[in-house]
Amino acid sequence: MAKFVKTGKRTIKAINTSSLPDIVFMILFFFMAVTTMRETDVMVTVRIPDATEGKVLEKKSLASFIYIGEPLEAFQAMYGTEPKIQLNDTFKELADIQDFIAQEREQLNEADKTKMLVVLKIDRDTKMGVVTDVKQALRRASALKIMYANTNVDRIVLQ
Amino acid sequence: MADIAFLLLIFFLAATTMDSDTGLMRQLPAIPDPNVPQDINKINDRNILEVKVNKDNLLLVEGQLTEFTQLREIAHDFILNANDEPNMPEKEIINIPYFGDVAVTKAVISLQNDIGTKYGVYIAVQNELIAARTELRDELSRREFGVPYERMDEDRKGAIDDYIKVPISEAEPKRIGE
Repeated sequence: MAKFVKTGKRTIKAINTSSLPDIVFMILFFFMAVTTMRETDVMVTVRIPDATEGKVLEKKSLASFIYIGEPLEAFQAMYGTEPKIQLNDTFKELADIQDFIAQEREQLNEADKTKMLVVLKIDRDTKMGVVTDVKQALRRASALKIMYANTNVDRIVLQ
Repeated sequence: MADIAFLLLIFFLAATTMDSDTGLMRQLPAIPDPNVPQDINKINDRNILEVKVNKDNLLLVEGQLTEFTQLREIAHDFILNANDEPNMPEKEIINIPYFGDVAVTKAVISLQNDIGTKYGVYIAVQNELIAARTELRDELSRREFGVPYERMDEDRKGAIDDYIKVPISEAEPKRIGE
């Protein structure tokens, strides 16, 4: 008959942690790769409209952003409360859009120049007059691919 | 070493924004060249669904005051023209890969707005029109291939897009209601 003999005390061995740095580095590299830093400070109030059909912006590098909305309170003393256009980090006028587009296009590779996309982040309460003027300016700058930024929802509720 | 790695890791953890931008993709028409004569062939009136949002954010479809909630269905029925009615869009026999010779609708949606229209409402209306078109494409995809439009391969998607083209044009606005 076999005998079960208990020999000595049972000790719990410490977990081998020698591979921990590898794991940490792996996670580190993952986050480094997926991180996008916010390059521009938005200086206008933008509550983008709701929609159900929004598509995900896939190539962020091809996109240029135009923000339109009421200036934030800190800027209202200087710029008033009427909707303003923000390009990069400053408030700009309609006439500056053409230069802005040319400048943004300059930064893209030769192959990507035709794929340039302008993302319009516009406050939902903005009047269409401003939006239309911007659209016309974009047409004149031949930046024809645009995207109206929105938040995707299941159902639209109009206020 | 590990400390530095942890430090970096925590920094990137905090700084990462995973959210992605979503939006409605649109193609603006190019500015017409004044030296090139314009296409005189006007689109037949029956093929155009005229959608207008006025300065009071009211919706007019073909001049009729319409509830926002009805828009999707109206656009859907207009594009489909199931009974080939004479006041609804014409159809044209075109050969499309995967489908063969099929009757393709010539429908066009024209979206107009006033200067005083609210952007949010305008986008909501545009969204409904795009939704109606996507719905029809999805129906077609499910009927023909048994697969939802979203999961279709690019070739077949292109064929479906050709079948149900329905351009949505954003007309030049009228300078009223400032």
